[in-house]
Amino acid sequence: MTSKTFLRNLLRVTILCVIASFVIAPLLATALGGFKTNAEIRTSAFGLPESWNFEFYNAIASDPAFWRYLGNSLLISVLAVILTLLVGAAAAYVFAQIRFFGSRMLFSYLLLGLMFPFATAILPLFIQVRDIGLLDSYWSVILPQTAFGLSLAILLFRTFFEQLPRELFEAAYVDGCGYIRFFWRFTLPLSTPILATVGVFVFVQSWNNFLLPLVMLNSREAFTWPLGMMQFRGEFVTEWNRTLAFVTLTIMPAIVFFLAAQKYIVAGLTGGAVKG
Amino acid sequence: MPTIPHAPPHLSLVQRTKNVLTNGKFAALVLLLPPALILFSLFVILPLLQSGYFAFFNWNGYGEPTDYVGLKNFEQMIGHSVFHSAIWNTIKIVLVSLLVQMPLALFLALLIYKKTPTNALFRLIFFVPYILAEVAAGLIWSFVFDGHYGVTASVGETFGLEPFFILADRDWAFVAVMTVIVWKYFGFHMMIYIAALQGVPRDLIEAARIEGAKPFDIVRYVQIPLIKPAIIVSAFFAIIGALQVFDVIIPLTNGGPSNTSHTIVTYLYTFGLTRLRIGFGSAIGVVLFITAVAVAIFYQRAAMSPGKKP
Repeated sequence: MTSKTFLRNLLRVTILCVIASFVIAPLLATALGGFKTNAEIRTSAFGLPESWNFEFYNAIASDPAFWRYLGNSLLISVLAVILTLLVGAAAAYVFAQIRFFGSRMLFSYLLLGLMFPFATAILPLFIQVRDIGLLDSYWSVILPQTAFGLSLAILLFRTFFEQLPRELFEAAYVDGCGYIRFFWRFTLPLSTPILATVGVFVFVQSWNNFLLPLVMLNSREAFTWPLGMMQFRGEFVTEWNRTLAFVTLTIMPAIVFFLAAQKYIVAGLTGGAVKG
Repeated sequence: MPTIPHAPPHLSLVQRTKNVLTNGKFAALVLLLPPALILFSLFVILPLLQSGYFAFFNWNGYGEPTDYVGLKNFEQMIGHSVFHSAIWNTIKIVLVSLLVQMPLALFLALLIYKKTPTNALFRLIFFVPYILAEVAAGLIWSFVFDGHYGVTASVGETFGLEPFFILADRDWAFVAVMTVIVWKYFGFHMMIYIAALQGVPRDLIEAARIEGAKPFDIVRYVQIPLIKPAIIVSAFFAIIGALQVFDVIIPLTNGGPSNTSHTIVTYLYTFGLTRLRIGFGSAIGVVLFITAVAVAIFYQRAAMSPGKKP
């Protein structure tokens, strides 16, 4: 390696490290803050705590409400994922496999959701959900979330299904396999990569969603974790260490999940979005 | 033997109808498509149409909307100074995204697009803010900006200043918000560029190098022109994203101080939903919808401009 490329590389890594520290510092301060006394947070927001105080982390981890929030979020996200995959894949399968009158028009109709932000119709949606009597239930979040996620899901699924070899369907058809059975037995199992990508995308969106639960859920029993977190922050305004411990514990699952399913998450959040 | 899915043309209509029913095509159509159509119509399209209707009424959401007020909701909104600042703030977010966030993301992508273990580590680090929930990011940064506790407090103390509350300052609160937005989303744009840069053929870069092009020239004349579609996509996401900013604002400033840091969606939430002014909120929704559709059409034009097929 010549000295010039070495210097260039050194400069490059230095720049990267500076920016990386800008990214990590707030997260680190948050995680460490949960161990500190409030006085210590004031004097050194970024330093290591003088003594590792587990009091706040323990208090939150043993609070049933905390687990309730996480459980609610998990339930809502998982149901939204299952529903989006099933309903979206079924519709996309029809568009990919069956030619029928009006198919292009219906397809374009279902893609309208890609055009505008979710918040646009949040008020009539609120009225609608209230009038159906779903307010404050898990379904008030799951159904609109699924409906809004369908556009992207159907678009990505149809593209993928169309690339599956047609000979497979013809062979199965000759052997007496109908359209619905083929969907269930062949199309879905052969499409795991795209199912995983879309599933991860829907899951992350649902897990992090704030506006929809904020509008739809009133009782603390139904709160998802972002609502619970804001509630907690409101209760302990002056005690940053408690809030920081709470934030750390709630974002931990997301970071672990990210490290474990990196490949799908990056594909789902960028690649998936780009193809849309 | 002909392929089966299409019924042979010489059959009678009755036979063909029977065929369609029994080979499962019809069953598939009526079983697999309606769930998506119903869900989508009920929770996306219907509320959207209702927005367009409610926007002309003064209505608190109870009973039927009867108090038709014409364009009054729109007039009121256009005359409202908070709405002006919400629009202006949204434009500021777009500008910061285009002028700070995207160049930063592109710069970093160029530094780490090659597949090496170190680069993979940095990519991972830069992407972490994006996977965090916006509310959590907002809360974390509201701690950082807290005049008594956070970084600003430490910096202030070093210089012997009084505690300074950025988030409560009319001039600086939105700068803080934009900092958080850049922090949160640059990794997303960077990943789009990295994916595109990895798709640039190596031969082209090699050829340019042999011709004597300097590293900067290669970036300027080979790599950036070739990833232009990715740049357009990321600009589109930056603009659509700016129209939707909500979660980050609530924990940071909640629209304050004195309603100076609203975006379109927080404005809609604060002045429409929390006060149950359904008509007024719907009118804001209509404006948001028109803006989003205009952006989408503009994007389609840009994406289909010469040199790239849709």
